[in-house]
Amino acid sequence: MTRTLYARPQALKPTGMHYCAGCGHGVVHRIIAELLDELGIREKTVGIAPVGCAVLAYDYLNCDISEAAHGRAPAVATGMKRANPDNFVFCYQGDGDLASIGAAEIVHAANRGENVSFIFMNNAIYGMTMGQMAPTTLPGQRTATTPLGRDTKLDGYPLRVCELLATLEGACYLERTTVTSPPAVRKTKNAIRKAFQAQLDGKGFALVEVLSPCPSRWGMSPVDALKFVDEEMTKFFPLGVCKKLKE
Amino acid sequence: MKVVKITEAYCKGCGLCVWACPKDALGISPELNPLGIHPVIFKKDAECTGCLSCAAMCPEAAIEIYEVTDDEPS
Amino acid sequence: MSPRSLMNANEALAEAAIRAGCRYYFGYPITPQNDMIGYMAKRMREVGGVFVQAESELAAINMVFGAAAAGKRAMTSSSSPGISLMQEGISYLAGCELPAVIINVQRGGPGLGNIAPAQADYFQTTRGGGHGDYRTIAIAPHTLQESLDLISLAFDLADKYRMPVIYLLDGQLAQMLELAELPPFSEDPEPQKPWALTGCRGREPNIIRSLLLDPDALEDLNLRLSDRYDRIQAAEQRSKEMQTSDADVLTVAYGTAARLCKEAVRLGRKQGLKLGLLRPITLWPFPTQALNQAADGCKGVLTVELSHGQMVEDVRLSLQCDTPVYFYGRAGGNLPLVSRILELSRRIIEGKPVEERTISD
Repeated sequence: MTRTLYARPQALKPTGMHYCAGCGHGVVHRIIAELLDELGIREKTVGIAPVGCAVLAYDYLNCDISEAAHGRAPAVATGMKRANPDNFVFCYQGDGDLASIGAAEIVHAANRGENVSFIFMNNAIYGMTMGQMAPTTLPGQRTATTPLGRDTKLDGYPLRVCELLATLEGACYLERTTVTSPPAVRKTKNAIRKAFQAQLDGKGFALVEVLSPCPSRWGMSPVDALKFVDEEMTKFFPLGVCKKLKE
Repeated sequence: MKVVKITEAYCKGCGLCVWACPKDALGISPELNPLGIHPVIFKKDAECTGCLSCAAMCPEAAIEIYEVTDDEPS
Repeated sequence: MSPRSLMNANEALAEAAIRAGCRYYFGYPITPQNDMIGYMAKRMREVGGVFVQAESELAAINMVFGAAAAGKRAMTSSSSPGISLMQEGISYLAGCELPAVIINVQRGGPGLGNIAPAQADYFQTTRGGGHGDYRTIAIAPHTLQESLDLISLAFDLADKYRMPVIYLLDGQLAQMLELAELPPFSEDPEPQKPWALTGCRGREPNIIRSLLLDPDALEDLNLRLSDRYDRIQAAEQRSKEMQTSDADVLTVAYGTAARLCKEAVRLGRKQGLKLGLLRPITLWPFPTQALNQAADGCKGVLTVELSHGQMVEDVRLSLQCDTPVYFYGRAGGNLPLVSRILELSRRIIEGKPVEERTISD
């Protein structure tokens, strides 16, 4: 007799993903798919994919999905959710998409309290375009456009999205997590589940920021990349709930 | 008996499951998969506890875990 | 509202759009269309629709994208600088084959310009504006009544051809009070959109995308779009004419400029000048066939615009040097003068030298 203890989620298409070995995207895509299955909402879900490494998310997640122009996902989601409030709408964005070119859109979607779930993948670098500085790049971090390390005098400090959005009444739940160990992965799943449930309960704007490893652009092995997240990124991006969900 | 099944074709050999496994039940295959990578394999005499750590870490969702009883093939 | 009444054009057009079946409006304030967004804020809620004042025009067009992807009749309105911000969104709408109506109440430019009327967005409207090989249907009414009558056509064409449609007014037209009659509420059923993102129950998931990394795949999209645009060119050219059958000088103008030319034709005929007017209603597809027929036998064609000459290039392209083409226009919100149109027309008829381009008085 065979009992399944864990199986690949149905909401993931039966295909390999193009992400680099050890990339956080695959883990979080998997988590999202698990939740769409567990909550039974796949058939009413509309996802919005970013511009960045995860632009091809629609090749992997088995639900209705739209592309959005770079940074515009929160605006597209606003139109989508206001058009069909019964649909479950989520946005998936990287640090360039959400915190750089899309900074205005995310702030205003949060300010309006749009009843949409946001997943923010923060890997402190621009992956797809070959490793330039992101708004979340750490001071001293070397990237393609900060070859001598990020100089805060010239290029500013890492942008803390959760803390920024926490000042807005429209944001109902904000948490920052990692995927650097099995317990951390489970914490991320719980956080995203909470964000999803907040939408299903009509509570408003919820965002989970996942500090995500980028082995390729950081020039590290996948295991070392986890250490970079735990030991370096968390110095600037404290983990935990930034805004508690009102019951 | 708990069994870890790895979809070889998806595995990119990132090694996060090997690192996460508390029972040293996973290893790297000497063979190559269609991606040209040495995929992970479930070791022959592995003592898997079904903790699901490997599945939690896998970025490819390439891992499935089963419990097989009565020595029937899975 | 009584059947024919004096209405602010911005507000009346908003009401007409609602009556044409639009229930989703996303916009941002900009002069000279602020009355439209103000009206929508009140009225959309009354009819159970959705109104959002977006944080920018950039956001507004993307909200339109979202609602369009969800299968709804969605629109936005703005004026020239705001329409510039929307170009990215319009390119994405075109690439993703999504229907939408975008009203542009043109104002003086370039840059911040002013809030006086202009027709300097013709290139932006008909030559893409955003990146990539695409077209948008462009409709240009010239009176309030015509703008109310044609807005449902804009939505119908957008849905029929799955593309953005630009509806051009200018600051003069949009802010006038004119007598007009509102169209009735449309009773047409909502068009079926099986491609829309509504949740994948009972079907395979739909994907809305314009990223096609394989060159063959992207070429296929472009071929499909080009074929669509060819069919539109063949079937959707629209224009109106005034006394063109025996005209010695054919004026070509749209919108507010056309109203000036109408007056010039009327006055000119009284003075014995055989003037005519061809008024494009669709700027894209440009009414090439009608223009060629109307210009046949003319001594000259005088294009009049509230700009330094944009549509005139399409006039020249259409006529292919068969007839001399002249241009008269003013910029900055100053209007061309009827007297100058008459003077230039007289000189053309009398064979006197006329500058190819007149941009001052």
